[in-house]
Amino acid sequence: MKIEVRSTPFAPWELLQTYEREMLGGAAGRYGATAVFVGTMRDFNEGDTVRGMSLEHYPGMTERQLEKLLADAIERWSLDDALVIHRVGDLDPADPIVLVAVWSAHRKEAFEACRHIMEELKSTVPFWKKERLAEGTRWVEKNRPGY
Amino acid sequence: MTVQVKFFASLKEQMGCDGATVEIGEVATAADVWLQASGGKALPANVLVAINMEYADQNHPVKSGDEVAFFPPVTGG
Repeated sequence: MKIEVRSTPFAPWELLQTYEREMLGGAAGRYGATAVFVGTMRDFNEGDTVRGMSLEHYPGMTERQLEKLLADAIERWSLDDALVIHRVGDLDPADPIVLVAVWSAHRKEAFEACRHIMEELKSTVPFWKKERLAEGTRWVEKNRPGY
Repeated sequence: MTVQVKFFASLKEQMGCDGATVEIGEVATAADVWLQASGGKALPANVLVAINMEYADQNHPVKSGDEVAFFPPVTGG
């Protein structure tokens, strides 16, 4: 299990390859399903062009919530492993914001757990987005429901 | 008793600071801490409360040394 809140850009697909090779090598053959979600920054929202974004978080609580979320999902769906990476700080359009990956024996558990982790993250983990528009900035007030 | 108060995101901007050390009576809830820290402002309906980094109801009691955080709905991911 790995969680990381990072203030620098990351490359989700390269990171996944490295993680599978270095951390999951011993489990190869045991898991038959990998489900991955990558969230990237859009250049539009609410009808406006968005030029950039700042992501604030609550250091300490963020990590605690993410660890609990992953540990609960690993137990509930009997996952082989789970990983979440989330950006904070200043982002540009197309920058990856979040990576969720889960590994399990079968696809049902992988799909369900990946979706669950992402939806819980969006509604409970203390991150806040502030958008940079052509004129000024504005806070994103709420996430739209994913289900 | 003394508790540490934290504000985040838009609430931090509205309050003009990221937190404060608050002196309050021995029997107090998170809502009482808010009133003390905000100078008597009503707690906005959508504000979330965490005590020692765990979500809590605004009527949850606090104890000396607690970290009580107030913040708007979360918007990560």
